[in-house]
Parts: sequence; C-alpha cells; structure tokens
Amino acid sequence: MDVNDETIAALEKHAESIRETVIRMLVAAGSGHTAGPLGLADIFAAFYFHILEHDPKSPDWDGRDRFILSNGHTVPVRYAAMAHAGYFPVEECLTLRKFGSRLQGHPERLRLPGLETTSGPLGEGLSQAAAMAYALRMDGKKNRVYVVMGDGEQDEGSVWEAAMWTGKHKLSNLTAVIDRNNIQIDGMTEDVLPLEPLRAKYEAANWHVLEADGNDLRSFIGAVHEAHAIYEKPTVIIAHTVAGKGVPEIEFDYRWHGKPPTKEEGKRFLKEIRTMGGKVTGEYA
Amino acid sequence: MLNPDAKLSEKVLTDGVETAPTRDGFGHGSVEAGKADANVVVLCADLSESTRAEWFEKEFPERFIEVGVAEQNMAALGAGFAAAGKVPFIASYAAFNPGRNYEHIRTTIALNESNVKVCGMHAGVSVGPDGATHQMLEDIGLMRMLPNMIVIAPGDAEEARKAVVAAAKHGGPIYLRFGRSATPVFTTPDTPFSIGKALTLWDSENPQVAILSTGSLSYEALRAAKALADEGLETVVLHVPTVKPLDEAAVLAAAGRAGRVVTVEEHQAAGGFGGAIAEFLSARHPVPLTRVGVQDRFGQSGDPDELVAHYGLDAAHIAEAARALVHNA
Repeated sequence: MDVNDETIAALEKHAESIRETVIRMLVAAGSGHTAGPLGLADIFAAFYFHILEHDPKSPDWDGRDRFILSNGHTVPVRYAAMAHAGYFPVEECLTLRKFGSRLQGHPERLRLPGLETTSGPLGEGLSQAAAMAYALRMDGKKNRVYVVMGDGEQDEGSVWEAAMWTGKHKLSNLTAVIDRNNIQIDGMTEDVLPLEPLRAKYEAANWHVLEADGNDLRSFIGAVHEAHAIYEKPTVIIAHTVAGKGVPEIEFDYRWHGKPPTKEEGKRFLKEIRTMGGKVTGEYA
Repeated sequence: MLNPDAKLSEKVLTDGVETAPTRDGFGHGSVEAGKADANVVVLCADLSESTRAEWFEKEFPERFIEVGVAEQNMAALGAGFAAAGKVPFIASYAAFNPGRNYEHIRTTIALNESNVKVCGMHAGVSVGPDGATHQMLEDIGLMRMLPNMIVIAPGDAEEARKAVVAAAKHGGPIYLRFGRSATPVFTTPDTPFSIGKALTLWDSENPQVAILSTGSLSYEALRAAKALADEGLETVVLHVPTVKPLDEAAVLAAAGRAGRVVTVEEHQAAGGFGGAIAEFLSARHPVPLTRVGVQDRFGQSGDPDELVAHYGLDAAHIAEAARALVHNA
C-alpha cells in the first residue's frame, strides 16, 4: 500500500509538532531525555496518525492495536504524540515529571489511560507485547501488537529470552521496532557493548528482519506494511534514526541521551525545528 | 487443645497423619481454577514436573505455556497475559521466581498492578539435597516489601489448593510460596481459608505464649504446643498463611492474651514473617518476641528433616524458644 504525498506531508507536520512539544516539555521539566524522543518523533507520528487502530476518546477500546513503549525513558515523545492525537490537552504535556502529574518521568499504566503498560527498566516490553500477541491469537482476535525498543536496550538478556520465545511461537501479529540510533548513555552502542550483527541475531531467533529509515516516514511506513504481509514470523524493523533529529547541533551526540535542554537551548532548538535547520525562513520561524 | 472450629484432620498429631508437598496443592488448585475460569493460564520455566504445572498442562494443554529457562521473560509475559485479560500463574523455583526475576516482578506486576500469580516452589531448606543455591530463604521478605503484592505461604497441600483457587478469583498480584518435600496435611476441605485470614490451630484457657507460624512449619508449631501442654505450659498456635496483608485482629488478640510471641517460618528470621509480626506488634502492642527462622545463614545439602532440625526450625526448637521466652520474660 503506497502512501501518497499528501499523507506524508501531513505526517511530517505532526512530527514537527511532536518535536516542538517534546522540547517544550523537557525545558519545563528541567530533566529527562532529549535525543531519543526527538529521533523517534517521525515513528510516533506514523503510529499515532497513520498506523494504529485506536480511539483517543476511548483508550480502552477492545478493538485497539496494542502499542507498547519498552524503552520508557523516551516517553516524552509518546506523551506528545498522544496529546496531539487527542488523548489529553497538549498543555498537560508541560506537567511532565512534576508532582501530581499523570505524565510520570517513566510511563505508568495506572496513571494515564492509553498506556498499555509501565516501563522504564529495560528489557521488559517485548515480553509483555509477545504475551499480548499470544493471548490475542488464543482468543481469535485480529488486533495487532507493536513494541518500540531502544538499541541500547538490546544489551539486556531478557530481550533475548523474549525474542526466542516470540520467534518460537511465530507471533506474526507482533511487530517490533528497534530505535537504532547507535547511542546509549555511556557512548556509542558499538563501543559500550557491540550489537552487530543485530539483524543476524534476530534472524537466528526466527524473526523476519526489515531495516528502514526511521526518520523517513515513507520508508518506515513501508516497512510496517511489509511486516503486516509476513505471516510466518514476527517482524522486527531496525529503524535507523538520528538521535536528536531536528536539532542539528545535538544530532547524533550521545551526551544528549539523558539530559534536557536549558531554557536558552530550548528556544534555539525550537527555532531549529520550526525552520527545519534554517531551510525555512519567514513568519513561521 | 486443638481448635475444633479449624476442622483439622482427625489424624493430626498422630503417626498416621497423611503427608504431601504443598506444591501438590498448586497442581490440584490450578486444575480446579482452570476448570472454573477459561482465562486461567499457567506458565512454567522448564520445571513443569517438579512444580506440578504439568498437572494443569495435562488437563489444558492449550492454556499451558512453556517458557524455557527464562524466568525474567516469564514474569513480564505474565504481565502481558494479564493485560490481555488472562489470569496467569507463573511457576518456577522460588530461588528464581522471585529470586532471579525480582525487578521484572516489581515493575511489570507490582507497580503495574497486574493480575499475575507468582508461584515460588521449593522454598526453604526442606528442598533438601539440592543445597543452598536452591533453598530460597529470602522470598517472603522480597515480596512483602512490594506495594500491591499479597503474600501467602500455605500450611499444607490442602490449604495450598484452596489458596490457588482463591488467588485465581482475586484480581491483583499475589505471591504464593510452596515447598518441595512432603509435610503433614493437617487441614481438611472443611477447614476455613480465605486470603488475609489467620487460623487458630491450638488454644488454651490461659496461654503464656502465642506461637505465630506461617507455611508448613505450622505443623511443627502444633507439635510444639502439644509437647508444651504435656509439661503444663499453655499456648495458642495461630497459623498465618497470609503474611501480607496480616490478619491484624487475630495477631493482636493472640499477642494480647498471651503477652509473649514466638514466630515461626522456614525463611531468614530477619525480614520475613517474623519481621512483619515484629513491625506490627512493636507499633500496636509491644510484647517480648522471639523469631524462629534461619539465622542469617544459607542452607546446605541434606535430608529435609535433618535440615529443618539443624537450622532450628523443628518442634523441639520451637518449644525451646517458647520455654525460654516464658522463663526470661
């Protein structure tokens, strides 16, 4: 299924709004992760505005697809996408990480409708997604299950316990996405604990493996459509993204994994996002 | 004297008392729960025979889920099944479940308030020959510290069966603790059980010591009470299968009447059941208290009875703790 230019343009707009909101919420929070959420903005725009069967006004709708965020530290991008999709007012995003907020530093299912689970500690989302896919198949339901993981997260042994189990059961109703931005807190993934060949690892566990440009909506959505067509295996999309995407001065810089922008940096970053790195000028900027 | 309201086995305190491991209660109870509710599923980490999960598998093969030697995955799978409306029991040895997979349980089950029943088999030194690595002595402590988590250590196979059936009906996270070796079946189908309720096994007119016990050692507590009665020392034995939440009224009543408390558990004496009782009573009704349990040590290989005696957990040691408490306090 091809995606027309109009749809792509609309999704790009959504991704831009998500990025702006992410920067605003991180500046307001004064702590949190910057690079991952910015890198994932296109993927989250694609999910919430194109891929997912869901109803923001009825988050528990039984017919919804299950969308699990395993690397919970990137949750600002999910909150921003949910808010823009209509789950809650965009202004509530500014309560991120504040006392009494539904938007916890790491997502908690019981606090905010629309979250499928609680996450943050790594290596737990794939297991939960796999069990949901298994249970949905037991019950003859057609809902799809998606799970987003980080690449640094692949260091966790329990990811591989879950990967083997998912492969064994040929859970083709499950699609995993790995945010392959090559950075983690202590440096480059290949320096910290080499993951490559990542594709071969998943293939060995009986997965169908796709690679896509996670900052190119057409590429990413195309991969998801291909995943839907695979019936024999679960699919993992290794989505190559640029950490910090949209703000050239922090792109691909691991030092931005775990810190928020200051107010001044935030202003500058917002300007970068709004002008697409200076390519757009004029009143909008 | 034995509490008639407990409707205990007629053979209790005789040589003819039947024995069975509490893990058998898991086997029977899970099949019963599976019949009552089509959403019950059992997950097991490559130990289906020894956990008795295979009894469920035989009855409901399509609802039995083999996980392999992967307890962390099993815990989070449990949370996923619960999120999809199933009632998962996740079974392995307590040393690994919750020993190995504690953080997965903490985040995906306790914090998430998932309807998962964590089943830890082979708890305590009575595992026997396998030795210290497999003799879990810290699980009650680990699990009772978790918010949202209910903790149950059934006293015998029959009570374990009831606890499993009750757990399936109770929405929310529960830890159930089972033992490997055969222990006396002192309760009957008529013995009352509900989550959060303690059961008086032995009572006296003027008890001088309240023996509060959890798990299968409650039978040893009962034997101790009988021996003490024979020498004129009156006691009350309160069996407390639900370590959390505590049956506060029953604990207060027993401690209030006796004025001295001995706690008994097949677990580290620090941080477990005795710790829970000590925390509660020190705030609400401070009394002299002795904790019978493993004294900051690991287990070792041996026969179950031999080990229970060696680590000071049998009737003789419980009686001695009671005598010393009466003598000194």
